[in-house]
Amino acid sequence: MPKNNDIKKVLVIGSGPIVIGQAAEFDYAGVQACRALREEGIQVVLVNSNPATIMTDENIADKVYIEPLTIEAFDYIINRERPDGLLAGLGGQTGLNLAVELHNAGILDKYGVKLLGTTIESIQKAEDRELFKELMIEIGEPIPESITVSNLEDAQKFADKIGFPLIIRPAFTLGGSGGGIASNQQEFEEIVHSGLLRSPISQILVERSIAGFKEVEYEVMRDANDTAIAICNMENIDPIGIHTGDSFVVAPSQTLTNKEYQMLRSSALKIIRALKIEGGCNVQYALDTASNQYYVIEVNPRVSRSSALASKATGYPIAKVTTKIAIGYHLHEIPNSITHKTVAAFEPALDYVVTKIPKWPFDKFDQGDRLLGTKMKATGEVMAIGRTFESSFKKAITSIEDKNTGLVRRQYTAFSDEELKALLSVQDDRRIFRVAEALTRRISVDEINHITKIDKWFINKIKNLVDFEQRLKEKNLTPELYLEAKEKGFLDTEIAVFTRHRLADIEALKKETGVKAAFKIVDTCAAEFKAYTPYYYSTYNEFDENTVDNSKESILILGSGPIRIGQGIEFDYCSVHAAWSVRNNGYQSLIVNSNPETLSTDFDVADKLYFEPMNIENIMNIIDEEKPKGVMVQFGGQTAINLADKLYERGVNILGTSIDAIRKAEDRKQFEALLKELGIPQPQGRAVRKQEEAIEAYKELGFPLLVRPSYVIGGRGMQVVYNEEELLTYFNSALKFSDEHPVLIDQYIEGKEVELDAISDGEDILIPGITEHIERAGIHSGDSMAIYPTQKVKPEVIQKLIEHTEKLAKALKIKGVMNIQFVLKDDIAYVIEVNPRASRTMPIMSKVTGIPMIEIGVNAALGKTLKEQGYGTGLAPTTDLVCVKVPVFSFQKLNRIDPALAPEMKSTGEVLGVDRVYEKALVKGFLAAGYSFPERRGDVMLSLNDHTKTGCEDIAAGFAELGFRIVATTGTHKYLKSKGIQSKEIANFDIEKMQAHMKKGQLCFVINTPTTNGNSARIGSENRGFLIRTIAEMYSTPCFTSVDTARAYLKAMKYHIQHPEMTYEGISEYKKSKVCV
Amino acid sequence: MAKLLLDNGEIFEGKSIGYEGTAFGEICFNTSMTGYQEILTDPSYAEQVIVMTYPEIGNYGINKDDFESSKVHATGFVIKNYCEKESHYLSSIKLNEYLKQKKVVAISGVDTRKLTTIIRETGAMNCLITSGEITDEHRNELKNYSMDKDIAQIVSRKSKEIIKSKAKNKKIKIAVIDCGIKKSILDNLIKQGCTLTVYPADVSAKEILKEKFNAVLISNGPGDPADAVKTIQTVKELIGKIPLYGICLGYQILSIALGAKTYKLKYGHRGGNHPVINRLTNKVMMTSQNHGYAVDVDTLPANASATYVNLNDGTLEGFICPELQIEAVQFHPEASPGPYDACEIFDEWVAQIKQDRQDKKFFGLIKKIGGKNAKK
Repeated sequence: MPKNNDIKKVLVIGSGPIVIGQAAEFDYAGVQACRALREEGIQVVLVNSNPATIMTDENIADKVYIEPLTIEAFDYIINRERPDGLLAGLGGQTGLNLAVELHNAGILDKYGVKLLGTTIESIQKAEDRELFKELMIEIGEPIPESITVSNLEDAQKFADKIGFPLIIRPAFTLGGSGGGIASNQQEFEEIVHSGLLRSPISQILVERSIAGFKEVEYEVMRDANDTAIAICNMENIDPIGIHTGDSFVVAPSQTLTNKEYQMLRSSALKIIRALKIEGGCNVQYALDTASNQYYVIEVNPRVSRSSALASKATGYPIAKVTTKIAIGYHLHEIPNSITHKTVAAFEPALDYVVTKIPKWPFDKFDQGDRLLGTKMKATGEVMAIGRTFESSFKKAITSIEDKNTGLVRRQYTAFSDEELKALLSVQDDRRIFRVAEALTRRISVDEINHITKIDKWFINKIKNLVDFEQRLKEKNLTPELYLEAKEKGFLDTEIAVFTRHRLADIEALKKETGVKAAFKIVDTCAAEFKAYTPYYYSTYNEFDENTVDNSKESILILGSGPIRIGQGIEFDYCSVHAAWSVRNNGYQSLIVNSNPETLSTDFDVADKLYFEPMNIENIMNIIDEEKPKGVMVQFGGQTAINLADKLYERGVNILGTSIDAIRKAEDRKQFEALLKELGIPQPQGRAVRKQEEAIEAYKELGFPLLVRPSYVIGGRGMQVVYNEEELLTYFNSALKFSDEHPVLIDQYIEGKEVELDAISDGEDILIPGITEHIERAGIHSGDSMAIYPTQKVKPEVIQKLIEHTEKLAKALKIKGVMNIQFVLKDDIAYVIEVNPRASRTMPIMSKVTGIPMIEIGVNAALGKTLKEQGYGTGLAPTTDLVCVKVPVFSFQKLNRIDPALAPEMKSTGEVLGVDRVYEKALVKGFLAAGYSFPERRGDVMLSLNDHTKTGCEDIAAGFAELGFRIVATTGTHKYLKSKGIQSKEIANFDIEKMQAHMKKGQLCFVINTPTTNGNSARIGSENRGFLIRTIAEMYSTPCFTSVDTARAYLKAMKYHIQHPEMTYEGISEYKKSKVCV
Repeated sequence: MAKLLLDNGEIFEGKSIGYEGTAFGEICFNTSMTGYQEILTDPSYAEQVIVMTYPEIGNYGINKDDFESSKVHATGFVIKNYCEKESHYLSSIKLNEYLKQKKVVAISGVDTRKLTTIIRETGAMNCLITSGEITDEHRNELKNYSMDKDIAQIVSRKSKEIIKSKAKNKKIKIAVIDCGIKKSILDNLIKQGCTLTVYPADVSAKEILKEKFNAVLISNGPGDPADAVKTIQTVKELIGKIPLYGICLGYQILSIALGAKTYKLKYGHRGGNHPVINRLTNKVMMTSQNHGYAVDVDTLPANASATYVNLNDGTLEGFICPELQIEAVQFHPEASPGPYDACEIFDEWVAQIKQDRQDKKFFGLIKKIGGKNAKK
């Protein structure tokens, strides 16, 4: 059947803010969907609350709504837009859940909107544990013994019958949040409780644990004609028990015979047919290692993180084809964009091995619980392609951008064999490195397999790499051995270390022997047909398939690698826009990145895509091959900036802002000198190496002070200290510092933080807008709520900001984009940071001002003046539009992480509330971030530290006025009493009682400011504060750790009560009328 | 250093992992990502050198259950990376040991992607594979090398064999002409309750017709179908006398017997991901394929219609001739290796045979045929 012509307008749901378990893959999928619809002449209306995405760009959809993903908003928007169809399956679990809710609320029926693709019934059959189980039994597909329950008692009965270990999976949650494996009664009760709480329908599945089985996934696709295909299968290196998002994964499967491969493939197709899925779907299996017994573990009736990975691993555009199926096409009617000749009804054949490795945030949260289980903890992932498992795996390890690139890590050398073996059974993010260490000690493959249940195939392959390291250490480095090392994926830097040579010697050998990386194409068909995909990966000692087009100059854009806290989807936005702009400037655009979740690694974003580690050697291979005019390092976040120096040293042309400017901005000393020279105020600071020097420094600078190590060891972060005791505690808490790595002490100016993004051509500047943070300085800008345009900054101060920016841009000869952070106190604007690169806020500023920052920045970097470009100079005028950015956190996925806001960034994503009135935007921001304004006025608990207590009475009074009962801990209670505000005193941190209150939902939210910042030692009352915050997280009780956020929430709530009716408009509608400054 | 010399002069080097010796054959590539054991033991690869496009080979060793015949029929095996340490609970011997045992020359460490591209661009050609150095003698031999005529006769069994099904309802009797049959085809029929009498490829029509069979199946096999003169003659004599079914070479032989023409494909279809559309139902399935020749759809007789067409290149994949009760497919419904999507064809065929027997009706239009002939 061809396209359904009744569908002329489609509403696409985005996946909302980036949280663990739902990241950039849905931006990639959503953009593919929008394009697939528009090329059919269908009008696209897009709704997403996440402003950092490419899908919310106005050129992706016909109309973009950056609005909260709530039923109310959708009711309004659907009524306003009257779409013919709704596409929800590309918006992750969020999109799917919303579609179900819209259906249940009768909204789809009310407006006659057809849900495109998979039906509600199918979604429910796949997602509801009981319905799914029934279906599996009906079609004879094996599932582990399990029971779906809504309370502990029923779960207990099952546990008594089956025994431990048991797996608990909550229904309808992202990335398995709230689930886990229980090996004893206590764990069982805890996990059951949190699972019931997390599940929006208070339902959990308790099932027999099949730990130790192989975990295999199939990405399958079906159309309305009942054609069903398997796009890709993937095998987890880790056995079942670790969430697939937290597993090392290879594609295709490596240890399955053809019969096993086909048995599971047939099963997956049978399931997708029984479920009547129309589009992409993921099926997960557990396969016994000693028989052909398998179990169906899970089905995701939508595109997912795994399908993004499968798309990148095979070249098959799953999201695009899913969209075409949703509007009526059959697989054999959809042309294959890779071969141009064949159709989408085929199964990719790979002629390489793909390895995926998760990127975890534990380097940031060193005190977090690193154990991996059924709850996903990774923020991102990397993928690598190689012609052998060894090279693929090695490249993937390089891609995670750790300090080390190799497999053997020094941190395990000190353990005894027995200790090491004991640690092998610990399933955490570092286990693979312990396996490597065990192999170097000649602990047998069998024994490692026995302990870890990792298939011997993988252990033997890792052993090949470990053994090869040994050979490099023992043998003379002959050209043959060097070539073999390159084939196995070893970097020159590693070869230098193992062979005890200087890197220069290795590079000389490389030159002498003519060893050079060759590039192969990812073509979906193992070279059976001529392919037109410009999608490459490197290999050695093989034919180079790449053809360099010398007719047009090229420019290489560095991507931003895996998504991590502090470097998220926004940099992918910037990389993608940079690639487009480079092309618009008449150059060939080349992009390199290692992240399979992103749009930047879609093969048709740039003229050529290199899927490679973001390591200098891999980047230089591309540069040697392509000889581009230059490299853009501004757009790939810190990953790209960190490569700038090394590229420059190798004679590569850095386009735009010079390396000198980057150094000046990044080097503390040079930066200080520059600001001094320009007469721009800055907080005073010192670098100290000894405790005595620290005492001297504080006497000179005065408190409060911001302290941080100049070199981050084990995630040790920044902290604000208010007195000598706190300062000394910071110094003495196991912090390693030396002459090489001093501790930096700066004046902490407790003022208002403002931030601006600008573009400069070296002469003029253009500032699209200035944002004002809600939380006072001291909280990472990524974790602060921010308002655009500024509400409380005086015009003369704004003038100062513009002047400072002009001076800095000129002095640094910025050609491209930049970001400056200021703190304002007593009308003085202190500069705290200048980033001569793209920032987290540029996607937002581009959208809310309509000034395409990245495009203008690329043009500037390529020599076009701002005046030529026609967007004006100086500070751009504002419009009616007001917006509030609200950060979103993923603490529920990460155990033992302190949710308190601190100078270290902790949020994983953000949402934007947009309106014409500040308070309305604020309300939307809170709603979009998942906060609600409780109807029932229960308790509000206040527990404030001495620095924030003063002046908090307005908050307490405000909430009391709204009908909440104020509960306060002793100190706060006393303070409130002194201000004449009533509160019920709660014995200082009666944890049990508070927990009970939260459990009953009696406690609506908590305002708790930590006594020391962030990651510091948890002692005394601070330990209890930490407990309160984490328990609040566990019970999903909102917890504000800054009084400024609490005040904003109070303001929003008050406004919302007075003005409950809300309106939702397209982003372009808000900024129609220009307001001049 | 083991070497591979192509007819066009290209040389690939690698490591010998199989038998120490030299072999000749036609080079061809297979894109299956699993199933090297089934591929190696498939008689249709007789006198061919197989290139696996998937780079990691040997991962799960060789087991007792996945043989398609008792021999390795390919003369050579070319791969990118031999996996020294296999891992599978069923594995009974390592792949390299098996290759040595079966005297198959094999090379690992070859840029199989480049090799595949050459085969794709140049077309099928002869090659030489050696565990040692290439000599002038070798070059001459390659120049003069040609594949045997009617290879099916060579790989076929030499005497009749009766295989009884253990199934209860085993009333169906089928004659199978072994042109190089895969074990899985027999297994599928036995599973359906058929009692099989398997004949060598040179069996006469008379011999078959003297027994009371419900149908005849002409099997898959190697070589140019036009060379299978003897079998074609037998089939010609069977047409109209008994329902005939064919797979792969058997399908090609049936088409020739009906007067159609076959032609050589540039580089054949070998893999487990070939999309095929059923012209009658418009349903699509993924099929396992292994053939270097195709039937020219334009030469099919008027009483035959196209049933299946390959979605990649539009080539004919199956036809039916209801009048003469002939049905045949180019692809491999038995898979092994490859997807099981098409294995229901065995069910359909056996159901049809049962129906025919019940109706005591060998000929005449039984199925109503929709759709049109697939013209390229």
